[in-house]
Amino acid sequence: MIRTPLRPLARILDARRKGENPDAIERENLRIRHEQMRDAARSRAEGRLLVMAVMFFCAFCVVGARMGALAASEAEEPRAQATGASIIASRADIVDRHGRVMATNMETFSLYAHPQQMVEPIRAAKELVKIFPELNEERLLKDFTGKRKFMWVRKKLSPEQKQKVHDIGEPGLLFGPREMRLYPNGALAAHILGGASFGREGVHSAEVIGTAGIEKFFDKELRDPAREGAPLELSLDLTIQAAAERVLLGGMKLLNAKGAASVLMDVHTGEVISIASLPDFDPNDRPRPLTEGDASDSPLFNRAVQGVYELGSTFKVFASAQALDLGLVNPNTIIDTSPPMRVNGHPIGEFAGKNYGPLSVSDVIVKSSNRGTGKLALQIGKKRQQEFLKSLGLFDPVPFEIVEAAGGQPLLPPRWADISTVTISYGHGLSTSPLHLAAGYAAIANGGHYVQPTLLKQAGPKLGPRVMSERTAAQSLDMLRKVVTEGTASFGEVAGYHVGGKTGTADKPRARGGGYYKDKVINTFASVFPTDDPKYVLIVTLDEPVETSGKKPRRTAGWTAVPVAAEMIRRVAPLLGLRPDIETRHLTNIINTSN
Amino acid sequence: MRSMLYVMTFVTVIGAAFWAYHENYKTQDALSEAQAVRADIRDARARLAVLKAEWAYLNRPDRLRDLAEVNFDRLGLMPLKPDQFGRVDQIAYPAPPELPITDPIEVSSAGADE
Repeated sequence: MIRTPLRPLARILDARRKGENPDAIERENLRIRHEQMRDAARSRAEGRLLVMAVMFFCAFCVVGARMGALAASEAEEPRAQATGASIIASRADIVDRHGRVMATNMETFSLYAHPQQMVEPIRAAKELVKIFPELNEERLLKDFTGKRKFMWVRKKLSPEQKQKVHDIGEPGLLFGPREMRLYPNGALAAHILGGASFGREGVHSAEVIGTAGIEKFFDKELRDPAREGAPLELSLDLTIQAAAERVLLGGMKLLNAKGAASVLMDVHTGEVISIASLPDFDPNDRPRPLTEGDASDSPLFNRAVQGVYELGSTFKVFASAQALDLGLVNPNTIIDTSPPMRVNGHPIGEFAGKNYGPLSVSDVIVKSSNRGTGKLALQIGKKRQQEFLKSLGLFDPVPFEIVEAAGGQPLLPPRWADISTVTISYGHGLSTSPLHLAAGYAAIANGGHYVQPTLLKQAGPKLGPRVMSERTAAQSLDMLRKVVTEGTASFGEVAGYHVGGKTGTADKPRARGGGYYKDKVINTFASVFPTDDPKYVLIVTLDEPVETSGKKPRRTAGWTAVPVAAEMIRRVAPLLGLRPDIETRHLTNIINTSN
Repeated sequence: MRSMLYVMTFVTVIGAAFWAYHENYKTQDALSEAQAVRADIRDARARLAVLKAEWAYLNRPDRLRDLAEVNFDRLGLMPLKPDQFGRVDQIAYPAPPELPITDPIEVSSAGADE
């Protein structure tokens, strides 16, 4: 910019010549310059104002936009960090020893109604009854048109049913997510798994609680979020359980029994590989408990754990084992079993009034002589007998991991007289569950240690306190083997598996006291296999079986429980990975003398 | 000099603010990505649970037994029996390979009728 001088010489000289005041020119120029300066300042200020205005406008726009966005969007908590590992809130699965699923969860939906939001409540009720025939239309109509603001319609829906309810198109019918317990194997191991139902229910979720069996016993552990969904590993083997239940069902039908139970247990770890009770039920649709009549007639009743029965002669081996252990007798000691034998005025008889005469202790077991074991028991005395049976866990409920186990309280005689000592030595007067018996036989099979039956997978042997010497256990095992090879359980022989065991036939006591039924029995076969290296005990109990192939109906365990147990061993032992041992053994003494 | 200092300070403040916001947005993005991944995991887990349940349901012993019976003609499956265990010495050694023919003689039947 060319700056105009305040006193331009040309104009000053010109003014002087004309006699004008040159200061006027200067003042004029000064004024013009001030005006120019003022204009410039003004335009600059205006520009700044404009910039300011634009900035404010932008700032307000941003604030406005943000407010609008906040108002229009859903509120969100400010986050400083991502949440940790997501919590798995669902109930843990239950799996068998090989990880096969026995109980798991399924996502499903529940259906509830908000009658005040309904457009056509009458049509909705009609359509709902078409989908779910079990609903009561009048009831629905009353609820939908009445004053209720909320009501459950159904707890669980299948996806197809959900779609059908959607198709009604009624805004007052709403769905809530649900997690339901699913037992994919149906009735298999039903008594162990028990069942589950909903606890506290909300619209968005409901808690699943165990109602029976192991589901209830481990309810807290299964629901614990700290598990992070780690499944509960059972000792059961699904395949073996299925095979055992199948054989047991076949045996029960064939022998016209009203119920049956079996327990297969590892003698070293106490792991129960399979435990069955028939009749059974589907835990997905658990029946209601009986409100009248005998609870043991309900399919919910677990005969293997809750059912306490007089298990008969299977107890004899405990008396002989204790007598051997105390050094009172050896397997070859002769005992006179001839009649008469009276204890506290009661005669002690044999099966079918037989008379075996003098028998060795071993033969007392093989022939199952009541008088023989009775005499052994009298030698042992009642105090020592009680202590021994208690150490085998026969006086208390088995601490088994299902809630029903506490109900398996053995029934002891109210007064333990000499007659009780004698009758209990052959299994009458003391009622225990098949599971108790399994634990007792496991002690004989594993060399003399008590093992506690468990449903949880174990890492290794869990031998408890010693209850008899190893020698006694081995001698008792030999007797059990002889019962099968030459005694009452000859049908129990399974080629290659060296089964040993003891039969037991007990008359059923009348429900209201007053003696025993004549034609109702509980037949039991308690077996150990293979006896040369015992690994498993198997107890099979049949309730009121009768074998009708002969002229007269047979009700002894040798004809009923033993063949069923043998068939079960035949089916189950290969599945357990046991090779049959058919070849001649013990070739170790043969020495190759020439090459 | 002083104005230079002001300008530098101003630029630094702007730069720091830009960096801070940038990091903040990156963090938010990472968080929402983590959330999305977690949602995916949750969905995958739910799907897995359904598939596992279905697998268990389809493999239930009852069904397998029925299938084995229905398809007995084709599969011939029977329950495992003790006599199915074999011994190693019951298995035959593989047949020795045939010796290679080193000096083949061409044989032809052409003209054999004559």
